[in-house]
Amino acid sequence: MNRNAKDKPAATKARVATIWLDGCSGCHMSFLDMDERLLALAEQIELVYSPLVDQKEFPPQVDVAIVEGAVATDEDIEKMRLVRSRTKVLIALGDCAVTGNVPSMRNSIPVEDVFDRAYRDNAQLQPQRPATNLPVLLERVRPVHEVVKVDVHIPGCPPPADAIFYIISELLAGRTPDVAAVTRFGK
Amino acid sequence: MTRPSVPKPAGVAQPQVVTLRIDGRDVSARSDETILSVARQNRIDIPTLCYLDGLSGWGACRLCLVDIKGTPKLLPACVTLVREGMEVTTDSPRLQKYRRMVLELLFSERNHVCSVCVSNGKCELQAMAQRLGMTHVSLPYRYPRLEFDSSNDLFRMDHNRCILCTRCVRVCDEIEGAHTWDCRGRGIETRIISDLNEPWGESSTCTRCGKCVNVCPTGALSQKGTAVAEMTKRVTFLPYLTLMRNSDEP
Ligand code: SF4
Ligand code: FES
Repeated sequence: MNRNAKDKPAATKARVATIWLDGCSGCHMSFLDMDERLLALAEQIELVYSPLVDQKEFPPQVDVAIVEGAVATDEDIEKMRLVRSRTKVLIALGDCAVTGNVPSMRNSIPVEDVFDRAYRDNAQLQPQRPATNLPVLLERVRPVHEVVKVDVHIPGCPPPADAIFYIISELLAGRTPDVAAVTRFGK
Repeated sequence: MTRPSVPKPAGVAQPQVVTLRIDGRDVSARSDETILSVARQNRIDIPTLCYLDGLSGWGACRLCLVDIKGTPKLLPACVTLVREGMEVTTDSPRLQKYRRMVLELLFSERNHVCSVCVSNGKCELQAMAQRLGMTHVSLPYRYPRLEFDSSNDLFRMDHNRCILCTRCVRVCDEIEGAHTWDCRGRGIETRIISDLNEPWGESSTCTRCGKCVNVCPTGALSQKGTAVAEMTKRVTFLPYLTLMRNSDEP
């Protein structure tokens, strides 16, 4: 990416960020599955924030932010509000971000029971609930658009690399992608 | 198919031939046919979920809503009979909006987690969402706590995936003649029950024919031993059985 940055002035590149909330990282893996097309994409974008790059703070003036995962904690809500305020086009990538998907399967169970199951019932040594310096689980896991406005929804678990490439390419070209033509819930 | 999809009111005269317009096309039909059936005969496809060729029309899902000139309400094509001079529109931005809303309501009402469903990739609800371009549910999800009945030794019933289309109820009653399934409760509290709300495995009427499983459009009814995306439904038996029965009639 740095090599390309030298070839072209950075200003012409779209500033892209990816965010990982409550998801399995499968959507990021699918993103990487674009393989050699990532090189073509790198000509057009600058990855300014992502679990894939070493950048701690979400930067200002992001053109496209791609969110994997559902909103599951108070920290996720804060993060998404910050992301939204600094981003032009927000993409919910994958079923967890779009519908809540598997993380939301705990929603019909009280959160206390979920903790008991994870940290007490099945613990053999020192059953205890971790309490300090951790984000607080929300009573219900939410799809991203229930917390902030989302511009493009890409369903799929995970959305296929082809779909991601097509949609991002269309958006970068200033066109509206036909999302339902390339992916669906559970794909 | 000679079987009327809507029961005729008693004392109705012989069906007559009527002419009407569907999407600007002049078509003729028998007065006892539904808009859906006439549209499909003319290769105009109206999206449906609860309707199944070979079973009676029910009007449960409202996906087949059409616009009829002069009528302020949208009407379900699967249970609305044609009439002389009718002007029907089957597709418009307004209809698309309502159909997507119907799907959003279905998805938000129960727990349809496609990625871990036995019917993933073979589900009619999922396919319809894709066909109608519904990429997310804008209504808040309800996340109800629902039961799972695996008491039957061959099949299982997952209420999380049920859309209350009543195909299972109708096929069991109208084709198998067992009437094991029915609905209890009303509105959002409606549940599909077997016999008098007893575990399916203890049903004294179920013949274990599996017809309900095969007509179920989602992963609600499935065969035991199937895991994620492994459940394939076969409904081809239905038009065949119906045809055979009708040909027996005098
Ligand atoms: S179990 Fe299946 S066939 Fe029966 S009402 Fe529910 S979705 Fe329809
Ligand atoms: S198909 Fe007509 S209401 Fe369901």
